[in-house]
Amino acid sequence: MTRAQVRPFLEESEALGVNDFYFTGGEPFLNREMLGILEDTLRIGPATVLTNATLIQEGRARALAELANASRYSLEVRVSLDGVTPAMNDPIRGEGSFEATIRGLRELARAGMNPILTVARTWGDALDQELRERFHEFLREQGLARPRVKILPLFRIGREAARTHGYGERERVTEEHMLGFDPWKLQCSTSRMVTSRGVYVCPILIDAPDARMGRTIRETLRPFPLAHGACYTCWSTGATCRN
Amino acid sequence: MTPDDGLELRLDELEGGLAFLGGPYNNHLALRAALEDAKRRGASRIFCLGDLGGFGPNPGKIYPILEAFQVTTLAGNYDRSLAERLADCGCGYTHPRDNHFAQLSYDYTNRRTTDQERAWLAALPGTIRFRRAGRRYLLCHGSPRRINEFLWESASSDGFLMRLAREADADQVLCTHTGIHWQRALPDGARLVNVGAVGRPANDGRTAVWYAYLAPGEHEAEFIPIPYDHEALAREMEEEKLPAEFVETIQTGWWTTCLEILPAKERARGKF
Repeated sequence: MTRAQVRPFLEESEALGVNDFYFTGGEPFLNREMLGILEDTLRIGPATVLTNATLIQEGRARALAELANASRYSLEVRVSLDGVTPAMNDPIRGEGSFEATIRGLRELARAGMNPILTVARTWGDALDQELRERFHEFLREQGLARPRVKILPLFRIGREAARTHGYGERERVTEEHMLGFDPWKLQCSTSRMVTSRGVYVCPILIDAPDARMGRTIRETLRPFPLAHGACYTCWSTGATCRN
Repeated sequence: MTPDDGLELRLDELEGGLAFLGGPYNNHLALRAALEDAKRRGASRIFCLGDLGGFGPNPGKIYPILEAFQVTTLAGNYDRSLAERLADCGCGYTHPRDNHFAQLSYDYTNRRTTDQERAWLAALPGTIRFRRAGRRYLLCHGSPRRINEFLWESASSDGFLMRLAREADADQVLCTHTGIHWQRALPDGARLVNVGAVGRPANDGRTAVWYAYLAPGEHEAEFIPIPYDHEALAREMEEEKLPAEFVETIQTGWWTTCLEILPAKERARGKF
């Protein structure tokens, strides 16, 4: 989306009292107007950009830091990786992507930013604590003294469904599941996803036709039926794309 | 869990100086020092916005102080959890390390809370309303809509705060829950005041804690730093075998736990 296309949605959001703004892609920094879009956003609220950091060179890191310093609101940069070595990361994200991401992380650190490392969970419970420590140590090595890590569950859709398996028929949220469950824990109870093709319930279901809820945010202010396998992951793990 | 799960306490028009204290977190020494300061300033009424327990030592010491100073108290998530004998504090952290430390202090406080204290907590209102010099005040713990919602300065948009106040029929909202004090006058004339916490320093490298004071006729809060005998508290925490990380925070003014929840700007101001 262009800066001009994003603006009306920011205006609508401000009028609706939206609290925070997340930008994802693809890769947001492939959008040549991304810095301008962030600048517009940071005038009205906190912003987070989800990136692989491979396009963050010195100049862009410095520009991001300037935007962050100029706003009363926080600018968060979330950097996705899938491991702390090329051997862990590159099979999932592509040959050479690990080194490129590291360069971006270091530029952000040098510019005074404190990005949040975001990792999709590809391991079992037992390893959680150990890996979290490793991610923290890894970030300190890149010059980030206050390491921040967010671990996301894997959604078994798209490439991941092909790599492992998709959702079984029983992996659906039922009325019984929702008894006594706090709907606040579901991201879709408070968030919507704006795209050039319309407004969707969430970024995970961006390829599901029924997840498109309207043309404007206002048109989508109603509950979304939790009919997808991915909904089951959100329900069972408490996953949220929020920081 | 929402604030209106509990009772709403409606008071008459309030004039004079008002003091607002957030999260005592078992820090009875700081609580007493803050209350004495509020009295010296001539506060006509003193409010505590909840989370009496957690973090500090010997939870039972908080209750007599609140009663002695006739503090009007509302329930935080901690107080609701203790009253309902829940398994955790319901603070709303999302990261395992934050939850690990939150659980240590909750288990400690939970084990030392008597049935009588639980009954007292269960009777606390979730919100308090009154009018003051033509403005509608709403006091809550986290946010007007959610007892454990964090309202951080750098992560709360004007539009969002105006909506919260509007939907709550309030011109002035006072809250706590984050442990860091701040306030903002909003474009539509409403004001949000996060009163901070008296139980733990504000991650500013000072050992003092903070509360909010509204002088007679004022709607803008003055944030008051309260030095107290933090070394005595640290010794008591060590005697109670509370985590060294908590003691360090009391002695240095820097947060060592519950850091992952901080937005970028608030995190950057701290040491860790």
